[in-house]
Amino acid sequence: MYKIVRKKILNPTVILMDIEAPAVARKAEPGQFIILRTDEEGERIPLTVGGYDRDKGTVTIIFQVVGATTEKLAHMEEGDSLKDFAGPLGNATEVEGLKKVAVVGGGVGCAIAYPVAKKLHEIGCEVHSIVGFRNKDLVILEDEFKACSDKLVMMTDDGSYGTKGLVTNALKELIDSGEKYDEVIAIGPVIMMKFVSGVTKEYGIKTVVSMNPVMIDGTGMCGGCRLTVGGETKFACVDGPDFDGHLVDYDEAMVRAAMYKPFEREQHEETCRLFGN
Amino acid sequence: MANMSLVKLPMPSQEPDVRNKNFKEVALGYTAEMAVEEAQRCLGCKAMPCVGGCPVKIDIPGFIKHIAEGDFEGAYQVIAKSSSLPAVCGRVCPQETQCEGVCVRGKKGEPVAIGRLERFAADWHNANSTEKPARPEPNGHKVAVIGAGPAGLTCAGDLAKAGYEVTVYEALHMAGGVLVYGIPEFRLPKSIVEHEINGLRDLGVKIETNVIIGRTITIDELFEDGFEAVFIGSGAGLPNFMKIPGENLKGVYSANEFLTRVNLMKAYKQGSATPIKKSDRVAVVGGGNVAMDAARSALRLGAKEVYIVYRRSENELPARAEEIEHAKEEGIIFKTLTNPIKILGDENSVVCGMECISMELGEPDDSGRRRPIKVEGSEHVIDVDCVIMAIGTSPNPLIKNTTEGLDTNKWGCIVADETTGRTSRDGVYAGGDAVTGAATVILAMGAGKTAAASIDEFIKQK
Repeated sequence: MYKIVRKKILNPTVILMDIEAPAVARKAEPGQFIILRTDEEGERIPLTVGGYDRDKGTVTIIFQVVGATTEKLAHMEEGDSLKDFAGPLGNATEVEGLKKVAVVGGGVGCAIAYPVAKKLHEIGCEVHSIVGFRNKDLVILEDEFKACSDKLVMMTDDGSYGTKGLVTNALKELIDSGEKYDEVIAIGPVIMMKFVSGVTKEYGIKTVVSMNPVMIDGTGMCGGCRLTVGGETKFACVDGPDFDGHLVDYDEAMVRAAMYKPFEREQHEETCRLFGN
Repeated sequence: MANMSLVKLPMPSQEPDVRNKNFKEVALGYTAEMAVEEAQRCLGCKAMPCVGGCPVKIDIPGFIKHIAEGDFEGAYQVIAKSSSLPAVCGRVCPQETQCEGVCVRGKKGEPVAIGRLERFAADWHNANSTEKPARPEPNGHKVAVIGAGPAGLTCAGDLAKAGYEVTVYEALHMAGGVLVYGIPEFRLPKSIVEHEINGLRDLGVKIETNVIIGRTITIDELFEDGFEAVFIGSGAGLPNFMKIPGENLKGVYSANEFLTRVNLMKAYKQGSATPIKKSDRVAVVGGGNVAMDAARSALRLGAKEVYIVYRRSENELPARAEEIEHAKEEGIIFKTLTNPIKILGDENSVVCGMECISMELGEPDDSGRRRPIKVEGSEHVIDVDCVIMAIGTSPNPLIKNTTEGLDTNKWGCIVADETTGRTSRDGVYAGGDAVTGAATVILAMGAGKTAAASIDEFIKQK
């Protein structure tokens, strides 16, 4: 069993938890993910590592309530335990040798982008973070990003905080103003990663995106997480989750991600009724 | 006096039209009277070709003699000396190519129903014996086993019986490997697997789930932690696809994914948190046991028509004879000499058909089987809304990539000596699908057994 040692509400639908999992904490790196089950009857869901404390033996997960399992998870409290917590899975984000990077995060994807930005900062890389949210109420991890970024650009869709507009506008502006990046790392909704990659392709800047497809085992067995990258089938769990942003077939990834949406909606509503939401 | 009937005593099973709508076990097993009657067909011949045909060398005439005499527990004890999972093997071994394939009685008529008798003895023991095995005297040595599937569990069981402190590391949340995620309930009830695994726990075997070797901990770290030898039984790996257009459409599954959703995650049960697409017409591509399991599971999930699409002819189907027979009885349609060339999708990217081409058999290829050749102009479309690819697997690269000095072959399978299980790394042994590529439960068990004996020798010589 894996104890929840800290729970913090980051915004109305995004929650942070520190989970006691010493074996995972010892090895976890930014970019990797874990698979958890809340209880014996639960499904296996992948969540990207949001941070880790090797001394305390804890791993941070940050999740948005989108389905039955995340709803159940949201109702668990400090002191409760998860049934299963396996990892770290997937390859860590490659940061070696990078001198100047733009980290682009969108929505809850910022939770995954943050540990990458932090790691880059720690190795002495110049970090420009561009983070985007729908509105002011949904902003998360602002102070954390500030602490590890040489430059932080805050964007909101409605202009209620930071600058009004999309992260791609901000990225374009920075590049046009003469900033030269070794690499752009984009983590967020698939559609955002698609458009960021579209921008960087024009400028010929290497771009890495973090894909989070439907998964079951996460260890290289089921093949459910397959994507088309550069015309070849790749498995996000063992080949990724990071891929060359200019080669990913995003449209296919979006279609595949929506495969179980009706089922998930039904399950989520059912779970909400159980909790009396 | 031996029972000279030329045919095996049939085993009672659920009626095809009933069982194809439920997930309960198909074959119901012999009664005690039936087992005694069938056991009397064994001649107890001196040559014992059956023992040579068994990958774990069970004393087959020995256990059958006990059954014939009505000593069922005695029969079980004979099997248990050689097999860690008797109730499993009696159900999933391809007996027709092993013990039964060489049985003297098979020269004229049918061989003795060795598999059914093995199953009977194991089930009898599980139902009637409450005695727990004595824990062996610890010998003070530690061995790590990677993967709680048939290879790993067999290796762990044999080492534990010899007094070793054994820890099995399993990546999934449940022990059993392919026995729990792959083989369906109707062919191998999960309660039987659980019972066999509890038997290993009683012997002192520790099983740690949620540990991915190569990620959570590496093989080198296991040695640093005091393990003196490591056995790798990590299984077959990533599913293969055909590399034809449309394989990433919604409604195309690998058999691994489809079966894992159904078996491990119990998607067939009302209220399961794990979804599975409800389909009316399903094509399963492939002709092995995994293809049969997927096809028969699809039928039980409510599909109206299920096809097996296989590029060679019926004679080449690699599945167990009993599975093919059961599948046919249940209404699975076999489209042999047929190969998919494209999967078709509708405007929502959901599967709406599969284009195939007919095949004919040419000259034998490297495998000795006749090579399938396309029949030009024979393209046709099968009307399906789900496609399941059951065409084998490729090795998982995790352990290879994180273990220096561990040799793999050109396909990525771990290289291990067949007679000892030794790899290129000192103290590291391997067996099962991780070495051979996708094969059978019993071959994996045989490899686990071989490796256990080598590990014992290796540690004692140190």
